[in-house]
Amino acid sequence: MTENTVINYTLDNGLQVLLKPIRTAPVVSAWIWYRVGGRNEQAGQTGISHWVEHMMFKGTPTFPKGSIMLEVNRNGGVLNGFTSHDYTAYFEVLPADRLDLALRLESDRMANSVIDPAEVDSERTVIISEREGNENNPEWALHEEVMATAYRVHPYGHMVIGWKADLHNITRADLHRHYQMYYGPHNAVLIIVGDIDVAAVQARVAQLFGPVPRGPQPPPVNLAEPPQQSERRVVLRKPGTTAYFHAAYPTCTGADDDTFPLLMLESIMSGSSIGGAPTHRSARLYKALVETEIAAYAGAHFQPSIDRSPLHFVGTVRHGRTLAQFEAAIEQEIDRILNDPVSEAELAKVRKQTRAQFAYTIERVSSQAQWLGYMEMLGNWRMFDSFANNLAAVTAGQVQHVAQKYLRPSNRTTGWFEPVMEK
Amino acid sequence: MNLQFARYTLANGMAVIVKENHHAQSVVIRGYVPGGSNLDPAAKAGLASFGASAMRRGNARRTYTEINEATESVAASVYVNAGRHMLGFGGKSLAEDFNLLVEIMADNLLVPIFPENEIEKLRGQIITDLQELEDDPRGLARRNFRRLLYGLEHPYGRSADGEPDTVPAISRHDILDYFRHLHPRHGAIVVVGDIAADNVFRILETAVGQWQPPHPPPDTSLPPVLPLAAAITHIQPMPNKSQVDLVLGSLGPERLAADFYPAYVGDTILGQLGLGGRIGQIVRDEQGMAYYARSSLQSGFGPAPWIVYAGVNPTAVDQAITLIRQEIRRFREEPVSAAELADAQSFLTGVMPLQMETNEGVAAVLTEMHMYELGDDFISRYPDIINAITPADIQAAAQKHLNEDTYALAVAGPYSQQTM
Repeated sequence: MTENTVINYTLDNGLQVLLKPIRTAPVVSAWIWYRVGGRNEQAGQTGISHWVEHMMFKGTPTFPKGSIMLEVNRNGGVLNGFTSHDYTAYFEVLPADRLDLALRLESDRMANSVIDPAEVDSERTVIISEREGNENNPEWALHEEVMATAYRVHPYGHMVIGWKADLHNITRADLHRHYQMYYGPHNAVLIIVGDIDVAAVQARVAQLFGPVPRGPQPPPVNLAEPPQQSERRVVLRKPGTTAYFHAAYPTCTGADDDTFPLLMLESIMSGSSIGGAPTHRSARLYKALVETEIAAYAGAHFQPSIDRSPLHFVGTVRHGRTLAQFEAAIEQEIDRILNDPVSEAELAKVRKQTRAQFAYTIERVSSQAQWLGYMEMLGNWRMFDSFANNLAAVTAGQVQHVAQKYLRPSNRTTGWFEPVMEK
Repeated sequence: MNLQFARYTLANGMAVIVKENHHAQSVVIRGYVPGGSNLDPAAKAGLASFGASAMRRGNARRTYTEINEATESVAASVYVNAGRHMLGFGGKSLAEDFNLLVEIMADNLLVPIFPENEIEKLRGQIITDLQELEDDPRGLARRNFRRLLYGLEHPYGRSADGEPDTVPAISRHDILDYFRHLHPRHGAIVVVGDIAADNVFRILETAVGQWQPPHPPPDTSLPPVLPLAAAITHIQPMPNKSQVDLVLGSLGPERLAADFYPAYVGDTILGQLGLGGRIGQIVRDEQGMAYYARSSLQSGFGPAPWIVYAGVNPTAVDQAITLIRQEIRRFREEPVSAAELADAQSFLTGVMPLQMETNEGVAAVLTEMHMYELGDDFISRYPDIINAITPADIQAAAQKHLNEDTYALAVAGPYSQQTM
């Protein structure tokens, strides 16, 4: 089997498998992605996907409570899980000769998680504590308010962790039903990247995951956001020391042709979010807001999602400056991108940045597996290979087009966090 | 596991260590010279950190804007920062941009010009960061814990980022003075990536070898730290927050002390393995009191903190502290079990290939090896060092460094003295 080629196939029970052998280090990373997250949640049940994720670490008859993380650690590995609006993912990174543990663990908890009632109760307070830790952060609190204002119908309007009242009300039966509905092999993708023997891994995957029964067909998400009629504003006044700004403009679905022009727009505004090296200090918002001493931080963020995700403009107002000054400066930069085509030099810079950042990203087998999974959740894992080329193909005209299409005042929700002096 | 690397000494005495890795397209540089925040005068706390950041804000060849444009145009990054002991510098780029990376790194190090307007921009950002800290229970618990444990007279007791009343007092003259005391002797530069070692030696000799200040290196010796005599507690009430953050602990061993490794393996058992070791198991997994509850043994040339930390609901603070103290008592009174020790040993030795998967990971290990003079064969000896630790070694380290009745405790959040 050729190195660096992805082998893609599907088991009879519907489990999609992606294998990518890379033998530069004696390390392997195994990921399992379930197509469930905040977007699959109903009112009154927000946060249930994230809570099920927590319960997946609480044990099965084969891997009893407390043993899952410990077993991976004692084999020299690390593991974790996370929940987003679109998916829930679990991963292990292990010395290459210990992959079997990850396969046994993930095939087991795909069907056999206990979700013990006593554990549900103790995890309820853990998750409420996780939420309370987030609430301590004013930027998080503002983000929650802005999303709840920008999305009135679609579940992107609630944070993945869920509303606190729902966390008090969700029952063991709710969690178990959610698990059974969404954790079938036909709703999952298994991705293994690293120092593997492909034939041996295929045989073992068939043996361990093959017998897991196909589950029910999850209901489609049909909630569509009604058209926004005008700008919405929310002001959060709470005790604090610092003012924060957050504006959100809902855009397109991840599969839409506008996605790459929007990613290019994000990079031109505040550097690429692919990571690996900071690229924001030569971008427009840093120059216009931080260099001019209006902001301590200013950035644009866009993460493509299954449904219509927002382009965010966020920032920290500098000591001695005001939210109104921050907002005026952001608006000036938005006007600029609406009215003047971006230069060829700016486009060329983003192209080179993207190429380098992908080179950094693929140094880690777990990053490669994560990218393949994220792209597959959006629609197709093959987008991973074509990502840099797709971004490189974006023209100045396309950037201006998406700016004019989405960065309209009537499509905006603007949030201010105004600190009130604590008594 | 073994790690082959090449070594060279520049004309100015600085060590250069290169690990070639032709599997990846990137190159990582990690360097240091003595000169961290430990040198800050108490009234100028934050000076080293401020000064290090200012070194990246313009040099004889490029303005700050030009440095950003040059590096970010090729997705390279260049940093200068101050730790407690060392000034750190370095960066990352594609191998094809290595010469540019070195040029900017060396200019920042040798010929920074500290423009007045850039210093003021930086000062405003640092003050905003410090202002944000005043609203962050987790950050405040950590800052207050250090003050309790070491006192403001000791460099370890002060915030490396400075304080709202010290940062405004730092002048450009202070920054120049800090910079002029830096010296390359006892420093090192580690390079890992898709580049030939001989090339690196030649390029760095030209770029950095000429840095030969006439003055001696700074005196980086630390004043002694007095161990705690009793439990001391600081509570910062923040009634409008949702969660309480707490840090409880005392002085850990120095990195080069004989009981560092016993403490390190012991800490893995106390608050790392699985969901946070014994602490995580009782506070989070069994009692459901916290989203995070763990321990951490930091390391340095002096006695760094050994802490247990958690974020808990306001109604569970007293109970969480009681449980943490009980676990510390058990950790002192009973030897860890053979099974726990075996788990910790297999984790710490097994996870090494993961830590060294990337160029950054390899550079971090090589830097630590050189900084603490752990020996060129450290990686191959490491499993033996860890596997030689016994339950009695861990118990002795626990008894020396941790105590359920003598500790520093910092609490920040919606919690007040009356309920304690």
